[in-house]
Amino acid sequence: MTKTISYPDSTPPAVFTQDELGWAPWLQPLTEAELTERHWAGLVDASRSKSDYFMLLAHDPEVLEARTNADKDIFYNPNGGLPRAERELSATATSRHNGCIFCASVHSRFASTHSKRRDDVQRLLDDGVDTDLGERWNAVKQAAVALSDTPGQFGVAEIAELRAAGLDDFEITDVISTSAFFNWANRLMLSLGEPVPAKAA
Amino acid sequence: MSAQHTDLIDQILSITPGSRLDVLRRHREVARENIQKAYVALFQPRDVTQVTLLERLAVASFVAGLHGQIVLADHYAHSLSQAEDGPVLSALITGEIEAGQTEGPYGIYPAGPLSAENKAGPHYRVGADARKLLGDKLSAALEHAHLLVFRPRDASREALQALLDAGWSTSAIVTLSQLVAYLAFQVRMVDGLTALASASEQPIAANSDSFTAALAAGNSL
Repeated sequence: MTKTISYPDSTPPAVFTQDELGWAPWLQPLTEAELTERHWAGLVDASRSKSDYFMLLAHDPEVLEARTNADKDIFYNPNGGLPRAERELSATATSRHNGCIFCASVHSRFASTHSKRRDDVQRLLDDGVDTDLGERWNAVKQAAVALSDTPGQFGVAEIAELRAAGLDDFEITDVISTSAFFNWANRLMLSLGEPVPAKAA
Repeated sequence: MSAQHTDLIDQILSITPGSRLDVLRRHREVARENIQKAYVALFQPRDVTQVTLLERLAVASFVAGLHGQIVLADHYAHSLSQAEDGPVLSALITGEIEAGQTEGPYGIYPAGPLSAENKAGPHYRVGADARKLLGDKLSAALEHAHLLVFRPRDASREALQALLDAGWSTSAIVTLSQLVAYLAFQVRMVDGLTALASASEQPIAANSDSFTAALAAGNSL
């Protein structure tokens, strides 16, 4: 009978943080020796074979490949739409609301780097999604929260708020995609392993 | 009509080429294509040895129903009822959606300052009668799906052990997890695009290259 992997000596982080964290899988990732061409295609970038998370997801390579390619376009496509900082804000607010400490750590760092508003980002982590971040960021954050609620609470009122804050419909579509995507990511990260202190360099 | 569509989201939202939503979606063309590819990978899978198509459709139907996303819930319920042995299962899933209704996200944080944000809520279990018909294996998958949908921060190593103990392999658990998480994504894309479709049109901001594309497309729904 297969057993999950446990980390009895690790104390998982108990607060949201912009510090770097590690992540450890509860199920056995594939090893490089087990990878076929189909798995390498699923990893998209060969360097992802160094990540336990992607090597675990590589058990279903077709889904992983599509997910990775969607992820990159939603977050990194520089052609118009929402500025990168606010895509990361949307991912951070979503992760904060769902409770994914690991996802929030990664994307809050990106939000801080791209916005230069580290203190505001930290307030979102410390005080939660009701904190006041100014009109435009509030609209993005509230939209991400409404989308993340189950059943969904996102509707024309949220669209009106986003437009009133100056977002056009291409930007709003990016708010939707980035928050929706983190509802995917949060559920994988939270359920397939646990955050651990960053490995000493 | 639906035969023209090769994209599920376009199909269920009746998005036509050149319409406003089509222009918005195609602004992230690679994402649009891969969102569909992930759907195909999950529901026209290359490998059904670990998770059968019937199991996939049953879990998807349950998850879409729990979200109250009517259009997607109908889509998956219909797909399930079309499958061999699907109609009986579909009726059972409808009952479990009723039994599993609640509001999320809720759950418990690691002990510490975040404990103040702990929020209690139901821990859904398949009822004894339904379990006899669904079997222990699929029942375990539904219970895990409910956990992921409503209280993802309660996810635990023990929850994965319960899936292993019910007979799911490591690779099956990865597929099931992706399926539930993908549905959580897909539901929200559909919710968001539906809201955009309902909101009155707004002139799209200038100095965007997309502006021209939207104009060229007639900027209409």
